[in-house]
Amino acid sequence: MSRLKNKDTITSIALVAPSILAVGIFVYGFIAWSMRVSFSAWKGLLPDYTWVGLKNYIELFSDPRFWIDIRNTITFTSVFVIGSILLGLFLAVLLDQNLPGENFFRSLFLFPMAISFIVTGVVWRWLMNPATGTRISGFNQLFDAIGLDFLINTWHTTPRWGIAAIALAAIWQMSGFTMALYLGGLRSVPDELREAARVDGATELQIYRHIVLPMLNPVTLSALIILGHISLKVFDLIIAIAGKQLPLDVPAIYMWQATFDGYFFGRGAAIAILLLLAVSLLIIPYIIYNIRNEADL
Amino acid sequence: MSHKKFSWMTLSFVLVLVLALTACGGGVAETEDVEPADVTEATEAPEATEAPLAEGDQVEVFSWWTGGGEAAGLEAMIEVFAVEYPDIEFVNAAVAGGAGTNARAVLATRLQAGDPPDSWQGHAGQELIGTYVAANQLEPLNFLYEQEGWLEVMPETLIPLISQDGNIYSVPVNIHRANVLWYNPAILEANGIAVPTTLDEWFAAMDVLQGTDVIPLALGEQWTVMHLYETVMLASLGPDAYNGLWDGTTAWDSAEVLAALEDFERILAYTNADSSSLTWQDAAQLVVNGDAAFNVMGDWAEGYFRELGMEPNVDYGWAAVPGTGGTFQFLSDSFVLPVSAPHRDASIAWLTTAGSRAGQEAFNPVKGSICARTDCDPALFGVYLQSAMDDWASNIVVGSLTHGVVANDSWKVEIDNALGVFLAERNIEGFQAALTAACSSSGPCP
Repeated sequence: MSRLKNKDTITSIALVAPSILAVGIFVYGFIAWSMRVSFSAWKGLLPDYTWVGLKNYIELFSDPRFWIDIRNTITFTSVFVIGSILLGLFLAVLLDQNLPGENFFRSLFLFPMAISFIVTGVVWRWLMNPATGTRISGFNQLFDAIGLDFLINTWHTTPRWGIAAIALAAIWQMSGFTMALYLGGLRSVPDELREAARVDGATELQIYRHIVLPMLNPVTLSALIILGHISLKVFDLIIAIAGKQLPLDVPAIYMWQATFDGYFFGRGAAIAILLLLAVSLLIIPYIIYNIRNEADL
Repeated sequence: MSHKKFSWMTLSFVLVLVLALTACGGGVAETEDVEPADVTEATEAPEATEAPLAEGDQVEVFSWWTGGGEAAGLEAMIEVFAVEYPDIEFVNAAVAGGAGTNARAVLATRLQAGDPPDSWQGHAGQELIGTYVAANQLEPLNFLYEQEGWLEVMPETLIPLISQDGNIYSVPVNIHRANVLWYNPAILEANGIAVPTTLDEWFAAMDVLQGTDVIPLALGEQWTVMHLYETVMLASLGPDAYNGLWDGTTAWDSAEVLAALEDFERILAYTNADSSSLTWQDAAQLVVNGDAAFNVMGDWAEGYFRELGMEPNVDYGWAAVPGTGGTFQFLSDSFVLPVSAPHRDASIAWLTTAGSRAGQEAFNPVKGSICARTDCDPALFGVYLQSAMDDWASNIVVGSLTHGVVANDSWKVEIDNALGVFLAERNIEGFQAALTAACSSSGPCP
């Protein structure tokens, strides 16, 4: 018996080994290699692994562009995450009212998520055209036509806050996904609880405030993590809307430009590692929380 | 109960979507840089870089010419090559997208793997020298220039700009001019403005327009701002001090550079507020549509105006950027000879065609640029390009920053960073300090 069991163990290890090996090399190996490059003086076409310690990191934190990147990332993340969660929750509550056509609207709200950020970016670049006067178009033209002139604005070309306009496009794309998460959460609130509350004389608003919303906390946490890490890594949406322009710069764009346009491989790797750290700060506590929860079950 | 079941189905549906979305992420990277212009004829050029048949001599030429007039021009030059060297098979290893960004990344990978193509395209000047000569990848071409007599047919002031330590490293096939001022003749006439020839005249002209609903100077996204910046530096400093910026003899922290930066800041005040949302085409189009009076752009804008069906000297006029008359700020696509070219003789044959009069006369009328040689037949070109040919043969030649002639890529990215921070914060002392630091860290300054 035990021989057979050993054989099974060996077989299973053999079956899993290729993927472990691949992940080990192509994920963790490359992370380690990037880290090594980030401590090197590599600048130019050919590799140069001269050890320079934290020089690339120190230079980044004294680089005004990197501070603009950090500021933009914070603005983008706040607007995008809060906006998607609020809009997603709102749509989910609407859909949860057992109205006719629920299936249709559920798919409708989810569809933007199936589109790539590049497509969203191109479309929103047209919609958010900041031109006025005879060249007016997109949202501004719409506002002009329906008499909402005060809403006409400069969108992503607004100094300092332009990045928030880009977050609007991201909210449009991801709020359907947040809605699906919340709808799942809402449907898992037992009807018995609601009915018990009704019997006790609670209004519908009170039911949401004191029963449903607290039960959605785990969903909110998941949404926060998923949206948060998308937001930290945002790249394609901004490239499609604005290209490589500093007022709308984020770390991922700086990383790409430093590495492939300027051949600052050391600096690019340092930005990559900092991005990884930022994402890990978000993800690792979440994973630990999940593992503990599963252990409880 | 059924509610609970549904929630799990929804969640798993979402999870599947997430997975699908992440999977899409990889594919997106391939297409994001493909500009509309590249798409039009991208199908004509073979994209793959597979090694072809083993027998016979061949030359694998790497470029980012996959669409529009560029790809058509390359095809025309390949035809000339096929007639001159019928025994050599031409392998077109063009990589589409991102105005060469994708191609350069692929090339860098191939060079690091020790698998260079036989020749590749690059912007003549420091973009090639700073990247590939610094990494010992290129062979000097002085022997070919002497053998083919190119030194006699190319402008004398061009040669130092494509050389390092007396060695010439590339064969330019086309020439574009960066310091061109495009204007709308009707607007200038209506406002009683003569075409400005100095910066002061230009400021005065734009002051007149500032009161009208015409944009004095049309500007586009950040790289077009850098393009404007380099022409204003040239106008303010003059060709000698401008050249000195790039070889370290003009100090970046000097008073004359500060004065030039102030001119640049002053010019920005005449531009459209929505510049960062416009491509260079959008900005140039404002001039021919009558929304703006002036635009500074390289002379590929002329090809774009023609595409729009506009008439030279009627719908648009041109002049050297005010203050840069008599100077030709150039950029050029060129081909190189790698140190470890797999087929060195075939590569030299290709470069011979690329530098020949027949090759350049085939390429340039199609691409909409002028020959690097000064002996091409003017009858092949339109009225703008003929005037550019005259200037090319007679003017002082200086190089463009934005298009890779005067500064290596690292330095250019540092300058771009400084410019971007300046646009966001408008601190001119900080801008000058950042430019000075950039010259020390990536340029020739101590």
